[in-house]
Amino acid sequence: MNQTIAISAQNVIKAFGQGDHAVRALDDVSLDIRKGEFFTLLGPSGCGKTTLLRLIAGFEMPSGGTILLDGADITTLPPNKRPVNTVFQSYALFPHLTVAQNVAFGLEMLGKSKSEVTARVAEMLALVKLEPLAHRKTSQLSGGQQQRVALARALAPQPKVLLLDEPLSALDLKLRKEMQIELKRLQTETGITFVFVTHDQEEALTMSDRIGVMSAGHLQQVGSPKEIYTRPKNRFVASFIGETNFLGATRDPMGYRLDCGIVVQAPAAQADRVTLTIRPEQLRLVPEAEGDIPAKITNLVYFGTDTHCHMSLPDGTEVTARLQSPSDGESGLQIGQGIGLRFVPGALQVLEE
Amino acid sequence: MSGPASGKTASSKPASGNQTSTGASAAEQALVKASVRSGWLLSTPALVLLALAAVGPLLIMLVYSFLTPGEYGNVEWGFSTDAWTGILFTRDVFDDTLRLEDAHLSILWRSVKLSLMTTAFTFAVGFPTAWFIATRPQRQRGLWLFLITIPFWTNLLIRTLAINEILRTEGLLNNILIGLGLITEPIQIIYTDTAVFIGMTYVYLPLMVLPLFAAIDRFDMRLLEAGYDLYATRLQVLRRIILPVVKPGIIAGSILVFVPALGAYVTPRILGGGKQMMIGNFIELQFGQGRNWPLGASLSVTLLVIVTAALLVYVRFANREVTRG
Ligand SMILES: Nc1ncnc2c1ncn2[C@@H]1O[C@H](COP(=O)(O)OP(=O)(O)OP(=O)(O)O)[C@@H](O)[C@H]1O
Ligand SMILES: [Mg+2]
Repeated sequence: MNQTIAISAQNVIKAFGQGDHAVRALDDVSLDIRKGEFFTLLGPSGCGKTTLLRLIAGFEMPSGGTILLDGADITTLPPNKRPVNTVFQSYALFPHLTVAQNVAFGLEMLGKSKSEVTARVAEMLALVKLEPLAHRKTSQLSGGQQQRVALARALAPQPKVLLLDEPLSALDLKLRKEMQIELKRLQTETGITFVFVTHDQEEALTMSDRIGVMSAGHLQQVGSPKEIYTRPKNRFVASFIGETNFLGATRDPMGYRLDCGIVVQAPAAQADRVTLTIRPEQLRLVPEAEGDIPAKITNLVYFGTDTHCHMSLPDGTEVTARLQSPSDGESGLQIGQGIGLRFVPGALQVLEE
Repeated sequence: MSGPASGKTASSKPASGNQTSTGASAAEQALVKASVRSGWLLSTPALVLLALAAVGPLLIMLVYSFLTPGEYGNVEWGFSTDAWTGILFTRDVFDDTLRLEDAHLSILWRSVKLSLMTTAFTFAVGFPTAWFIATRPQRQRGLWLFLITIPFWTNLLIRTLAINEILRTEGLLNNILIGLGLITEPIQIIYTDTAVFIGMTYVYLPLMVLPLFAAIDRFDMRLLEAGYDLYATRLQVLRRIILPVVKPGIIAGSILVFVPALGAYVTPRILGGGKQMMIGNFIELQFGQGRNWPLGASLSVTLLVIVTAALLVYVRFANREVTRG
């Protein structure tokens, strides 16, 4: 077995319910999560992220497939036998225990000696900067503090993998940003493999080493944030991560012929009929005569640092370009104006259908 | 009860506001005083009622316990501590010495023992029951709770007589056991401590289940997963998470069962016959055939003291358990 793989899910299927009412929350998911990486499962609500996490934690048994931890089959192991800990979305802190007792819980269950527990709890509380609150009841903590307790509690037994199910979704924006940095720091400092679930694409892009994009029980694409953003495999990934433009095209001896009749260059693909995609920031606006494609401005939306310019192509396709707003805020563009479009070389991507 | 409570909140708000403002004017202080006064005023009816209904009878009992018994019941106005020594001792007719009265001791002991057993057993049965109900889908819970509370709809006397009908020598239970060939002779259950225990368990079970249900219903089931995730076994999850978290429900249920069980009258009367008396029956005896009202009074006060002491010890103990974790 490859020693660099922490978690390996192989053809995992999870069905809920029976017969006609059966829902396949996970449909043949295969995935390798490397040791020590910050791996994010990203996808819209109901796509099966929590289900996959619960299978790894052992709260659910898969209907099919295998789950390996460090090469050993843990598919049917109960959760209290897996060296894997979870940070729950609701935190699920023990209300009858203090902060320190919460953090100590896992260590005590593992039968660690009293001195070892005390030392480790102190270390964990220092790590999440909660020493002053050690003897508080958890009900007397703010959301951000509870979050830290949950983290410390899950990290204390030094799990091989830490699972985090949308741990930041209950926090307000400012705290969320702080905790994103905090989480990343914890992951780097502890070197523990993090499997992080979110449906916030920005969160995924900024924090992860690698991202697995899910939709409807399927794993759509796995890759680094850059790969996922710049080379999305299919239409779902392209549209879920950031904003993008879709252009229908057919294969042509010279490259691809867009529906508006213009021939462009893009990486070769199998299919004759394809969808090309290009990010709004990779469209350049030039005077009408100098552009590759003529377009007409249909709307301008000012966002402060940048301005979104909505345009329609001759065949009616809608595209959006993101332009940096000039310092005086006047772009010199007008709705209804004709303009030329240019693609940044190499930016056009071909999507699998 | 709500009178004093609401009066208190009404008065405490302006008072705390006053503390924060540095230069409170005389007018403001007068206002605070007025609202404190109106708080007391509002709770007066409740306080009067409390005094009349709780403290009054208690005082009468206390006074009666130091008087001498009248020949045909009631009391005569002469000071005596006989009623108090009479709880545990009898005075020898010949040499006037005090002897421990075994019969009284056994009644006291039986009362405490049966009440504790009832409390423990209703908990043992009530906890899984309450857990079961609390984990049913919302729609089914109403039905289960309704079933649990059905006995409340019938008079206690009738329910106890029904148990009597089941347990008596030619009763349902014995007939079934004989019919099945498990026994040949009827077993004597009725008029034993066992019968009283069975009856009290039946009668007080809902009082244990309901507060337990309320506590378990509020229990966040996600804590179970958190426990398993942190390497706890099922037993550890029960002992370290479930029981401490639902502890308020356990305390409430135990008090609700133990207190009335200790003073039970109807159940031991019917199922224990005349012999297996508990304090309640013994007290009644003093006010009836015994014609010793002072002894009845001193026994009543003793019962109250036992209950209060038991509660104090229990709550203190339970709280220490909670903080210890
Ligand atoms: N216990 C269950 N019983 C039946 N269906 C379930 C159960 N758990 C999940 N599902 C279904 O499985 C699918 C995936 O659910 P899951 O909770 O994994 O989604 P998710 O990606 O975590 O969504 P969210 O972002 O909203 O948390 C959903 O369609 C859900 O309804
Ligand atoms: Mg989820």
